[in-house]
Amino acid sequence: MTERTMSESSPHLTPSNPVYRRRRLFNRVVMAFCMAAAAFGIIWLLLILFSLVTKGASALELSVFTERTKMTGGGLGNAILGSLIMTTLATIVGTIVGVAAGTWLAEYGGKSRLASFIRFINDVLLSAPSIIVGLYIYAILVLPSGHFSGWAGVAALAVLIIPVVIRSTEDMLKLVPNSLREAASALGAHRWLVVCKVCYSGARAGIITGILLGCARISGETAPLIFTSLNSNQWNFFDLNSEMPNLPMTLYQNMTINSFIPRQVELAWAGALILTVAILLLNIVARVVSERRKG
Amino acid sequence: MTQSTSGASEDVTLGASPTEQSAVKRNRRLDGLFEHTTRGFALLVLLLLGTIMMSLVISGWPALSEFGWHFFTEDRWAANLDRFGALPAIYGTLVTSGIAIAIAVPVSMGIAIFLTEKCPAALRRPLGTTVELLAGVPSIIYGMWGVEVLAPFLQSHFPTIFPAGTGLATAGLILAVMIIPFITAITRDVMLTVPPMVRESAYGLGCTTWEVTRSVIFPSVKGGLVGGVILGLGRALGETMAVTFVIGNNLFFNPTVTGQGTSIAALIANQFPEADGLQRSALLALGLMLFVITFIVLAIARVMLNRMDRRAPK
Repeated sequence: MTERTMSESSPHLTPSNPVYRRRRLFNRVVMAFCMAAAAFGIIWLLLILFSLVTKGASALELSVFTERTKMTGGGLGNAILGSLIMTTLATIVGTIVGVAAGTWLAEYGGKSRLASFIRFINDVLLSAPSIIVGLYIYAILVLPSGHFSGWAGVAALAVLIIPVVIRSTEDMLKLVPNSLREAASALGAHRWLVVCKVCYSGARAGIITGILLGCARISGETAPLIFTSLNSNQWNFFDLNSEMPNLPMTLYQNMTINSFIPRQVELAWAGALILTVAILLLNIVARVVSERRKG
Repeated sequence: MTQSTSGASEDVTLGASPTEQSAVKRNRRLDGLFEHTTRGFALLVLLLLGTIMMSLVISGWPALSEFGWHFFTEDRWAANLDRFGALPAIYGTLVTSGIAIAIAVPVSMGIAIFLTEKCPAALRRPLGTTVELLAGVPSIIYGMWGVEVLAPFLQSHFPTIFPAGTGLATAGLILAVMIIPFITAITRDVMLTVPPMVRESAYGLGCTTWEVTRSVIFPSVKGGLVGGVILGLGRALGETMAVTFVIGNNLFFNPTVTGQGTSIAALIANQFPEADGLQRSALLALGLMLFVITFIVLAIARVMLNRMDRRAPK
């Protein structure tokens, strides 16, 4: 960096030479474009956050959290609860499957062809469209059982979080230095003990960060829930065999089929604010966890 | 990886007592169990991909065999007439993603160059974190904002271009806003893998910031940049919620850029809940098509990003 400022201010290198002048001018034009791009990108996002906060906060009151969703008016209580239940269950399932699979990829799979293939497929599934996952769960769970259910929603969300957890678990386990594994093995520890006691404790913060980021991602997913858990206006405490109310679907319905009722649109914005704040908080917690590891 | 082979085999006791020997045996069994269980979970990933493909093919087959190639060329999706053509949806998906990429790529590159080269050090981390946090905002929020704020604004200020406010161009714009943080985050990470030494050497030779970026940084991370852009494209192709609200849901093929249309994901989200029989099968076939397209796109992106990872480890 210092070299550049020197060359720009040094009298020898900034003569009235047209080549220099042209290069500097061109550089200024491009950098101006970059700054304009940064401003452009950030303005959009600020505008979105601005409408989210103004429209959401004005509709926010206590009854939003305590009352259930109704055709008109009401609150979002049951939707928030349903979302919490489904997201938590899916995160638990995703953690078990994802950590185990990631462990195999990092500790046993190594550079074998099978492991590389699984890694590749996992990376593709990581960014596969979520609506496809909804269709998939619909075809294998909802269609045979004949009804929408909370379990189907949990399954869809779990399918979405698993690749995230696998990826972060593997990456974090690979950061554990091999000398630690060798030291533990030299003391006579068996492989499973080395992984459980040495590798996991070294990679814990990173794995937790990955799980939290995955959880943040699935808590805002709407598309896969349309065909799996659907939505309902009733309170649903852990009856996962029936339709499960949830926040993203409530937002979707309030903004489409119920959008002619002004209060429903207001509630949708309140819900959007709650959802976004929850997701941002999860992201921030995840970052704090991974920062503490470094520090 | 280290190999901690369980040292004592049956015949070599090395003076170990019977309890120690049984402990070794037990641990060896646990070792096997641990490896096989975790491998089972890893294989689940392949099973997942296989069953996704299978279930979509099986449930979409009735429609595919009924319509054959007409499924892709028929210019309308009319459930009441039992005529299902994917052309409007395919066209809408390609146009909206194209608009999104055309806007998002230069802007994201600009932001990434600003963040890595020009930004004051004190602002770099907060701005970078903001971008990453915004990449996590759920897509339904973008959709809601698009239909409530952007579409009315466009309709009132540019009525000649956006007669209805909603439409393919509006959807493309929303998609662009949505993937800008995403592409920026990847581009920035990729550009930071260039060693500072190389960068500083170029500055030392008297290059301007733009010359360093164009002639030193871009060539050495080309694969990663393209991979990141394609990853963004994959996201735009399969996005449902941000698009559904603002695309207009016109089910007839209309070869314009600003008119109303539909996309594969939006069509599925709109019609699936009430669909039955042949219509449901047709929608699942549409889902299969979307999955195949995004799979190919994402696979290309991953190959490019992986190739770069191998060459320039962080």
